[in-house]
Amino acid sequence: MAINILMPALSPTMEQGKLSKWLKKTGDSIRSGDVIAEIETDKATMEVEAVDEGVLGSILIAEGTDNVPVNTPIAVILADGEDASAAPAPKAASAAPAPVAAPAVVTAPAALPAASAPASSEIPAGTEMISMSVREALRDAMAEEMRRDETVFVMGEEVAEYQGAYKVTQGLLAEFGPRRVIDTPITEHGFAGLGVGAAMTGLRPIVEFMTFNFAMQAIDHIINSAAKTLYMSGGQMGCPIVFRGPNGAASRVGAQHSQDYAAWYSAVPGLKVVAPYTAADYKGLLKSAIRDPNPVIFLENEILYGQSFEVPKLDDFTVPIGKARVHREGRHVTLVSFSIGITYCIKAADELAKEGIEAEIIDLRTIRPMDTETIIASVKKTGRCVAVEEGYPQCGVTAEIAMRVMEHAFDYLDAPVMRVTGKDVPMPYAANLEKLALPNVGEVIAAAKATLYR
Amino acid sequence: MAGSAAIRSKPASAKTAPKPIEKSSAGPLEFSRDQELSAYREMLAIRRFEEKAGQLYGMGLIGGFCHLYIGQEAVVIGMQMAMKPGDQVITAYRDHGHMLACGMAARGVMAELTGRGGGYSRGKGGSMHMFSKEKHFYGGHGIVGAQVSLGTGLAFANHYRNNGSVSMVYFGDGAANQGQVYESFNMAELWKLPVVYLIENNRYAMGTSVSRASSQTDFSKRGLAHGIPGEQVDGMDVRAVKAAGAKALEFARSGKGPYILEMQTYRYRGHSMSDPAKYRSKEEVQKMREEHDPIEQVRGRLLRGKIATEDDLKEIDAKVRAVVNEAAEFASHDPEPDPSELWTDITL
Repeated sequence: MAINILMPALSPTMEQGKLSKWLKKTGDSIRSGDVIAEIETDKATMEVEAVDEGVLGSILIAEGTDNVPVNTPIAVILADGEDASAAPAPKAASAAPAPVAAPAVVTAPAALPAASAPASSEIPAGTEMISMSVREALRDAMAEEMRRDETVFVMGEEVAEYQGAYKVTQGLLAEFGPRRVIDTPITEHGFAGLGVGAAMTGLRPIVEFMTFNFAMQAIDHIINSAAKTLYMSGGQMGCPIVFRGPNGAASRVGAQHSQDYAAWYSAVPGLKVVAPYTAADYKGLLKSAIRDPNPVIFLENEILYGQSFEVPKLDDFTVPIGKARVHREGRHVTLVSFSIGITYCIKAADELAKEGIEAEIIDLRTIRPMDTETIIASVKKTGRCVAVEEGYPQCGVTAEIAMRVMEHAFDYLDAPVMRVTGKDVPMPYAANLEKLALPNVGEVIAAAKATLYR
Repeated sequence: MAGSAAIRSKPASAKTAPKPIEKSSAGPLEFSRDQELSAYREMLAIRRFEEKAGQLYGMGLIGGFCHLYIGQEAVVIGMQMAMKPGDQVITAYRDHGHMLACGMAARGVMAELTGRGGGYSRGKGGSMHMFSKEKHFYGGHGIVGAQVSLGTGLAFANHYRNNGSVSMVYFGDGAANQGQVYESFNMAELWKLPVVYLIENNRYAMGTSVSRASSQTDFSKRGLAHGIPGEQVDGMDVRAVKAAGAKALEFARSGKGPYILEMQTYRYRGHSMSDPAKYRSKEEVQKMREEHDPIEQVRGRLLRGKIATEDDLKEIDAKVRAVVNEAAEFASHDPEPDPSELWTDITL
């Protein structure tokens, strides 16, 4: 019986890839384990091995094809003596359960239309914009800062020869060499402390954690050594260091690899905490973080890495830390969020607009110091506020936002502040449960309507 | 790697009886007249400072935790005599001696102990948290073992800048069991970082004796799995410390990577001011004081060798006391930090 070969998912967050090369041609006999094709994702080129045996009956996707969705049939294998006409229709495969269920909220990889957001004040009018993924924006930010400042270096697990576990540091080793792009052993506590010590002498380390989940091993150095030394030394000894890496839930990686630490770090004086959404903000804020004389926790999001946005084509584009951005203007309700939380807000705002509700979206970009002013200005205008995050509700960033709104704009509120958060449970693995554990667009819409008594 | 200064101790035996510290062989350890006098003066300065700190603590002028260095003076002074300008020092919370050895002013340290605006951290650090960029002293850290990773980072910076400096990382027998110590050893040897690890084995991690907490009580061997050489040193003999320190520093400075020195030493006082030290006998402490006191050893040599007279030594003592008294006076009367200081130095 003819068997379809499907486009495989090569990582938990992969949704599509490029079929870069066929290594077998129609009529070739295939044995289990043969490398039949090469597939390129935004992270890497991978070989596809055959599982089933037979003869390559037909190639359904030509080599060089971009954006082939996961699970698309790409070729047909025929059993010995079978005719190509026996091949099942490609649609047969679509009935199979998807091996990797993308979270319902993951946006399509298409760039967010820049037009939907008022131009950022950091970008001069008329600036040429280019489309760039968050991953590329981060890499360019590091490369630019390493070019302008010899004291900047990057260290972490797999940052150099492997080109980054998530390919964020791709190409840096080739340009800057092993002195400044340093592969570390898998010892987060040790290399975080080493980075802090180096920073105390005035070097500017960028310490990459493969994910912030692993930074739990190093949290003592981040808080006790990096955040407190300036104060404990009466201002003598600063610590210009950036701790960066993916934070929060990716997709189907379970409880120990899916946690949002924004609230944790934002609770600590002496730290700055940044968690951008757009590629432009990732780039501009990472450059500012590297130049900042304080320890900066730079929280990235794995699901956003592959998404593209418009980034200004400027020689030295920076975004100030501590400044929120109005992502979308509206007059009926304020939605405040950060990082991937903005994706829920955008979809909710689109839906609300269909019912005549104009939602304003505030992208915090920086969690600490929090730009209370921008939140309050918006809430004074709308009188209603919904705060959204993927993190836990108790002592969460949204709890902090609600409190600040109460402290500074209580008399302007027409309804209690609402929040939409991750559920108060460890992240489950099962696709349906994971979806339930994360916030969703429906919850944001419902909360927004509740503030409007609708 | 045992050199002339190395002391190979016998294997740990009885759980309570401390290992005897063997006398260093003479010869290459001999100090010049000036070195003997300087070592005497510097060690005495730490001893008198710590005695005064203990007194001020008793008077309620110093609060919180206060860990005295009395008994261990030869370690930092011997290393200070071996190091070169630019070499960095980092340690844990028993840090007063290290700061004074680095040349930090007694009044600034004492005023920090009393939490005054004139302290090194303007009263915001306390006994465990002082720093001096100028004197290359990087703290002053309260989390056991943290300074080992941080100090390895100082060495990383030296290596990155290729500046010829060595980082001297002090930690105790208790910290030697922390996981991050071995993470640091691994990276230091892997990248051949210029660092000397000084394990101050004062035999007790707070109240737990070395033999009750450590499977391997020969701390000089703690780097063997990583290929880091080490040796045991009579940390009560300033000459032995200096000789071993010079060798270790040269090793690290020449690009060969880290080196471990186990300084066998002893603290006379409790772990902190509130520790009555019931876990050891009075006789044990007394025996150490009588037979191994680092200051008395130098004093004996000064007198026997007719390098100095009793009167000369009295004069040194008087000068040291004057500095300490002035520091205590300043620290007792300097005003507390301005309330506005609460909100400064959080971020730059």
